[in-house]
Amino acid sequence: MPSLPVPENRPNVVAVELDGDGAHPAAWRHAHHLPDGLLGGARISGTVQAADIAGFHLATFRDSRVVDAGTAGIPGRIDAVQRAAFAAPITGSIGLVPEVDTLYTEPFHVATQLASLDYASQGRAGWLVSAANAPEEARAVGREQLAAAAAPLEAADAVEAGRRLWDSWEDDAVIRDASTGRYLDRDKLHYADFEGERFAVKGPAIIPRPLQGQLVVIAPAALLSTVEADVALASAATVDGLAAAASAAAATGVPRTLVELDVILDARGQTAAERLAELDRHEPWTGGARYVGSPAGLVSLLARLFDAADGVRLHPAVVDVDLPELALNVLPALRAAGLVSAPAAGTTLRRSFGLPRPANRYAAA
Amino acid sequence: MTTHRPTGNGRIQFGVFFQGVNHTTVWKAPDSGSQTDFESFRRVAQTAERGLFSAFFLGEGLRLREHLGRIHDLDVVGRPDAQTALAALAAVTTNIGLVATQNTTYNDPADLAHRLASLDLLSGGRAAWNIVTTDNAWTGANFRRGGFLKHEDRYVRAEAFVQTAKAIWDSWADGAIAGSRSDGRWLRQGSITPVRRNDASFDVDITGRLPRSAQHHPVLFQAGDSPDGRDFAVRNADVIFSRHAELEDAKVFRADIVARTLKAGRPADDVKIFPGQEFILAATEKEAAEKEHWVREQQVGPETAIAYLEQFWGRTLDGYDPDGPLPEIDPVVDVTNPTRGNAFHGKSARELAGQWRDEARGKGQSIRQFVAARSRLNGRGLVGSYDGVADLLAEYARTGAVDGFNITPWLVPGGLDDIVNELVPRLQDRGVYRTEYEGTTLRENLGLRVPSSHRRGTLSAAGRQESENVA
Repeated sequence: MPSLPVPENRPNVVAVELDGDGAHPAAWRHAHHLPDGLLGGARISGTVQAADIAGFHLATFRDSRVVDAGTAGIPGRIDAVQRAAFAAPITGSIGLVPEVDTLYTEPFHVATQLASLDYASQGRAGWLVSAANAPEEARAVGREQLAAAAAPLEAADAVEAGRRLWDSWEDDAVIRDASTGRYLDRDKLHYADFEGERFAVKGPAIIPRPLQGQLVVIAPAALLSTVEADVALASAATVDGLAAAASAAAATGVPRTLVELDVILDARGQTAAERLAELDRHEPWTGGARYVGSPAGLVSLLARLFDAADGVRLHPAVVDVDLPELALNVLPALRAAGLVSAPAAGTTLRRSFGLPRPANRYAAA
Repeated sequence: MTTHRPTGNGRIQFGVFFQGVNHTTVWKAPDSGSQTDFESFRRVAQTAERGLFSAFFLGEGLRLREHLGRIHDLDVVGRPDAQTALAALAAVTTNIGLVATQNTTYNDPADLAHRLASLDLLSGGRAAWNIVTTDNAWTGANFRRGGFLKHEDRYVRAEAFVQTAKAIWDSWADGAIAGSRSDGRWLRQGSITPVRRNDASFDVDITGRLPRSAQHHPVLFQAGDSPDGRDFAVRNADVIFSRHAELEDAKVFRADIVARTLKAGRPADDVKIFPGQEFILAATEKEAAEKEHWVREQQVGPETAIAYLEQFWGRTLDGYDPDGPLPEIDPVVDVTNPTRGNAFHGKSARELAGQWRDEARGKGQSIRQFVAARSRLNGRGLVGSYDGVADLLAEYARTGAVDGFNITPWLVPGGLDDIVNELVPRLQDRGVYRTEYEGTTLRENLGLRVPSSHRRGTLSAAGRQESENVA
């Protein structure tokens, strides 16, 4: 096992995706609850608290506005921002990162919701940028579907508008000066004045600057040419392709890169391959790079991936089975090997990535 | 007089409205806390729940208030997205209703209905939507469509929006989700009815993404006070967040709403009424009066008094003494400007100024006294000793003039402490306040029936009162 020292300002990060019952479309058949127990608060608290205690640096919450009636999997979802918000006051160190659309949403609302999540989580919020551009989404809000080439530009505009709104209050804008009767120093508030191709946002935000200054913006590598992201998600069809995908993403200059990895582990007396075969009998798993095997083998793979990337986002096949294995046998081994450290209680998500709190673009230097 | 008892049970309930803006929240007090830290929200919501309140309200911000072309800087300001904050509060509360004010103009039904359904599921059936409308281009500058809606069309769109939202909430059939882990599919095929709408307000094609909640769908609140607003409420809402808090005024408002409710084909008590109200309480009447004086001084400081008039005069009034008479000069604008985020749209400024001058002169009021009197929330507020206010509230409960009060605390986060610790037990002693929650959903705790779309039979005959209760 490699024993490279972890540079202090560039810690390795382990993320986990917690949508539904797991990444495998048949995951719900192996969940520890009845199907209709998924869509409620108890499920969110159970899974996110487990990931928080296990020492994951962040949890992501996939979202989609398309109800895929063709899948045997789970098409129903509670709004991802709200899942993250519900988890916020009952967790202590895990970053909470909902996937939020940029194309058919109101950028002002999205920026406000995410800033509010940062307050509810005391600085542990991020934004997983989505630009899925499905025709159903456009129809649902009475708009024309964007041309394929326009989608990444629209995503970039939505992120830029959000970033400006987050900076539209300087950190010390609330002064509470009883002697002059002023609650606010209005010279420290700024109009965002964002004007994009398809929308404009005046600002300022209705909520003060997020606790982290700027939330951690995470984007799929495909959007890096337009979107100003803090973290890229690099994916590949196979494990062998991940290092190259990570390098390509990092070459864009994005500050941090995570690689995407589906995982199914030996568990409960069954090998991972047996578990996968059982699940695949219901519906095949069409994910990306995948690890199928023992927890120890996953630890070795992750150690190699940390050489190529800043971390990994794990997609457990079945949350109720694979998450406990990760907590019990994978994360402790990574920590014991000095490859990762658990996020401290009360940390911010930026700190977990080793990203500094950014200066405000509008503040006088 | 109607012969039935509108409220049915001779009790009153409380909600709390965490304002987040406006001068009613005193920020100069030493124990005034943060308006944005989540702990402030948690403290208020959990205190309210300890006091068996029915609901916790949040307002909605779409643009920061401006004053003479600049950001208004005298009042508390800066608040979270309502539903994001409420989703977080859902995790640390168990029974209290969670009410999000959300407008129908700068939202899309597909998204807003989904987010409300999400909050409803996360909270186990405690979500509500306070429906508001907006129409001005100044607010629209923060949104994709800009100022697209005419003032007179705002309720047209609102009604189409609410109908669409209800259709989305009802779009999953009962039993849509697999009953067991060995069923063929997680979602039974054909169990979602698509929502298609093509009219002057919407051209959309929406597939609902969530099943119904424990209370069927979110409870609907509405606050419009105009005749259009009241008719909208009796057609669409479960609860009216009213401005009519004084007892006699509340009785008149109740009678009007009951008449409109019956006319709309609903049972007389189908629409509950919760006026907004401020409470200023102390052990004795004398102390309460002193406290009120202090609160008013804090709420309307000299700068706030001048700024209040400046909104209507349309110019700075720097040289005027807040403790002197109203300005003799005329406003420089013809019509009060609707873009400043205040509630006085399109009044003739000159006429208004003249009326105010006469009124203040007649009452011998200074600028500050005039503004303090004028800008109070829904009348004087409930000011008095714990026992005196408890007696008064018992009278409200007996008359059935209101179903409850939506309390605006003048202090955050400690503003409910005396209400919960001192007033609630006295109300319970008088038998007019619950001693435990009736249920876990907001609909149950408000004593509401299931939504009209879910009732057996139809409610065509005006005045028909036999319909199924929730339980």
